[in-house]
Amino acid sequence: MPIKHLEEYRDSDLSRQLVEKIKRIRSKKLRLMEVCGTHTVSIFRAGIRSILPDTIKLLSGPGCPVCVTDQREIDAFIELSKIDDVIITTFGDLMRVPGTLASLQKERADGRDIRIVYSAMDAVEIAAKNPNKKVVFPGVGFETTAPTIAAAMISAKKMQLENFFVYSALKLIPPALEALMSMEAVKIDGFILPGHVSVIIGLNGYQPFFDKYKIPCVISGFEPVDILQAIAMLAGQLKTGIPKLENAYVRAVTIAGNRRAQEIMMNVFQPVDVAWRGIGTIPQSGLGIRENYIAHNAEAKFDIKLPDPEDPKGCACGQILIGTRSPLECPLYKNVCTPMDPVGPCMVSSEGACAAYYRYHS
Amino acid sequence: MCLAIPSRVVEINAGMATIDVDGVKREASLLLLEDVKIGEYVIVHAGFAIHKIDEKDALESLQCLKKAAALVDQKEEDQ
Ligand code: SF4
Repeated sequence: MPIKHLEEYRDSDLSRQLVEKIKRIRSKKLRLMEVCGTHTVSIFRAGIRSILPDTIKLLSGPGCPVCVTDQREIDAFIELSKIDDVIITTFGDLMRVPGTLASLQKERADGRDIRIVYSAMDAVEIAAKNPNKKVVFPGVGFETTAPTIAAAMISAKKMQLENFFVYSALKLIPPALEALMSMEAVKIDGFILPGHVSVIIGLNGYQPFFDKYKIPCVISGFEPVDILQAIAMLAGQLKTGIPKLENAYVRAVTIAGNRRAQEIMMNVFQPVDVAWRGIGTIPQSGLGIRENYIAHNAEAKFDIKLPDPEDPKGCACGQILIGTRSPLECPLYKNVCTPMDPVGPCMVSSEGACAAYYRYHS
Repeated sequence: MCLAIPSRVVEINAGMATIDVDGVKREASLLLLEDVKIGEYVIVHAGFAIHKIDEKDALESLQCLKKAAALVDQKEEDQ
């Protein structure tokens, strides 16, 4: 049974009205970035790009977790899978991401024990059922996913599971927004902020970023009406010239966010500097495992040798993730690189901009 | 990938909820959310409920939105 009123957020009359409103308030050319990969997919699926006036350009941002994972980390997951007695438990999206030498999928075909799970809790269960094996979970994602992995680690500790490990490549969104703002080549007039990262960090999570840069920011839900409303609010802010941090997803996002999830996340993790594909190292933008969970830290437990990381040749994912290039401007797009035979992570992940273009762009 | 559709809680058992998303039943942990009751709608991410949708808030924001888009008259909204 669908939630009451959900249909109304898909109402095409209401969408049309919002588009009219956007057309009325648009003034000059606007470049808006949808930070989140799920937004990219929703925008394509609902055909939002095609109904917006030409003056509004939507750019896909660094919010596809698999896409922004650095090649070194992908290589680490692959190396871990080669250790005897290790079971890799992972979200499905990571399987086909090409590392420097192989991918998890290729390793699985070679007989490594790599299992797809739906939740970090499933990985804990696998560890409990396989006491003679070491279960490693590659932690990929943002503030939405980090508390779920933290909760799984807390459970594993309580259960005294000595064979459950996480390799954290978790990342934080506000420091990435800061990094984008400081890049010369990146030109953005406003941000459509991710819905479910915001469920956790709340409107407050962006306040320091907003105070520093004073750029229009609106948190958006995932239905067509939500996204159009966020765009209308951004266009309105840009017209009045008064930037604001606003919330267009009130039914899911509060000012303070999910405090309990924040606490659980910060009990297990602490901010560290990490590298992002396409952006480079961003200070305090990653989540490292704290000392009191070191027994479950795969990075501390396993000594792995990594190849010199090499990004896929000719792949423009890096620039696509910061909005300076579109998939259509990658020479490999569609002729060499397809979802069946992906060259880079932006074509692998269902949330990747290249995969979204491939599926929906005619 | 974020599951955008809110799910209805149909059963709660030892910190786990059975949720219903458009007829498909799944399990979700309640470790990250307090006070969830059967019949309520939650947002689920990677096997965890992360937010409880407040019906009243949802309805109010929808009404504000419609008013802002200047579309529906009051009578229709109230039904
Ligand atoms: S189309 Fe393929 S090669 Fe080109 S940027 Fe996208 S993922 Fe990389």
